Amino acid sequence: MQTRDQFEREEYGGMAVFLNSVTAAYGRHVAMENVTLSVHRGDFLGIIGPNGAGKTTLLTVVNGLATVISGSAQILGERLSRRNVNGLRKKIGYVPQIQEIDPLLPINVRDSVLVGCYGRLGFFRRVPKVFLEKTETILELVGLSRLGNRPLGHLSGGEKQRVAIARSLLQEPEILLLDEPCASLDWRAQKEILLLIQNIHNRLRLTTLMVTHDLNSLPEVCTRMAFMKEGRLIWEGVLAQALSESRLSELYDTGITIASHEGKPVLLY
Amino acid sequence: MIPEIFQYEFMQKAFAAGLLSGMSCSLVGVLVVTMRISTVGICISHAGFAGALFGLLVDLNYLATAFVFSLVAAGVVGPLADRAEFAPETSVGILFSAMLGLAFLFIGLMPGSRTSALDLFWGSILTVTRGDLLLLAIIAAILLILLLMFFKEVQAVLCHRSVALAVGIPAGAVFYGMLILLGATVTASLKSVGGLLIYSLIINPAAAAYQVTYCLRKLFFFSALFGVLVCWGGLFISYVLDIPSGAAIVLLSTLLVAALTLYSPKKRGAMTGWTGTDQRD
Repeated sequence: MQTRDQFEREEYGGMAVFLNSVTAAYGRHVAMENVTLSVHRGDFLGIIGPNGAGKTTLLTVVNGLATVISGSAQILGERLSRRNVNGLRKKIGYVPQIQEIDPLLPINVRDSVLVGCYGRLGFFRRVPKVFLEKTETILELVGLSRLGNRPLGHLSGGEKQRVAIARSLLQEPEILLLDEPCASLDWRAQKEILLLIQNIHNRLRLTTLMVTHDLNSLPEVCTRMAFMKEGRLIWEGVLAQALSESRLSELYDTGITIASHEGKPVLLY
Repeated sequence: MIPEIFQYEFMQKAFAAGLLSGMSCSLVGVLVVTMRISTVGICISHAGFAGALFGLLVDLNYLATAFVFSLVAAGVVGPLADRAEFAPETSVGILFSAMLGLAFLFIGLMPGSRTSALDLFWGSILTVTRGDLLLLAIIAAILLILLLMFFKEVQAVLCHRSVALAVGIPAGAVFYGMLILLGATVTASLKSVGGLLIYSLIINPAAAAYQVTYCLRKLFFFSALFGVLVCWGGLFISYVLDIPSGAAIVLLSTLLVAALTLYSPKKRGAMTGWTGTDQRD
């Protein structure tokens, strides 16, 4: 007879993420309620919604940082639990929102990126040469090869995002979680980060979940969309169906018009 | 005059205690300063102090009670500092004053001359015994070994704890391990440095070193160096000027941190942009 774990592994093994009626909370504050969502391996899911919609919480449910108070999460074929959460996190790259960093913090760009492999390495192991070399390759890929020695606190917002992306790449993740990677960046930096994300997703065949509150800042590679509002998942489907003025206007409680620029949809509000 | 100081056995022991206490306290100081959990550190060190006084009051081994009190404090204030959505300063500040209140209560309840209790207040580096030195040496050795063994995890948690957690490092275990090390260091150094002064020896050398380097390895090195130098310098000044050694050590460390904060090469860099080299060392 199959155990529940075996059944779920077979049933959802092809999925990178399967959330079954998940409710998550910070202390007494319920931030996400009764969300059921599946993301197949290789998908790029854009998660949009207004502030306080529970988008970040959705990401942190996937990497086990949020507290799930009911429902279950199946990540990479394994049921997420306290027992396996550290192991699963090693396979999930997480790029959080840009955070203020103490300019005097004693860590440079290269060492900060190297942290990405520490979880996989485990205790008592020195960083092998292969990871040191890989770090240089990744720094080159994200355009930071000249800044390896620079203190982390001396970087611009866009450069900090590149460091976070580089760190998550060194992890060699199967799932990449991006939380507003373009927030508070200037337009050029936004464009560069989006191209980088698209490039990485395609090259490494990742499953990517990207949170944003700006639909214009989703890369072209995004195939599916999830709409969140007041902690609930209110709609999920393919990108073409997501581009509905009435649906988006309802999501943001304001009139939204979809225009077209060089064949690309652009949202006006 | 310098060889004259070392003619006395108590001064030899005092300098050895300065070496070990200065190094241990300033090494754990790097953990506290870099993680910006000074209030947590204050609370744990004063809990250790109150615990030692409790041990003297009820006639138990004061080192054991100091360690237990500091562990309990770490268990209480650690989760408060953990909660990112909640600034821990107020509640930790209340706990700190409660610990100090307990310390005064225990000393007030003590019968007799209270000499041992007062030694724990001000520290008595000139009266340390071989047993005190042995304990200090054991704690210093454990601290150094653990820092070397877990350097990469310590660096990850010190500089960006949430990132460490997200890449699969058991950041909570590393964090609480560091708080336990802080409690053990405080316990071992109480006799030589004193409960009221110990915190300045934890914070000041690390805060001074923080102004000097961006490299965590060098930060540990400079902090330990400054910790030992202020202990030895303070002992020398107290010998020459015939003033209390604990006060001389604390004031010297304060002068050091003030001078390095004023002339911090890092602050100049932070204000004017990175001025170091971007090429690999």
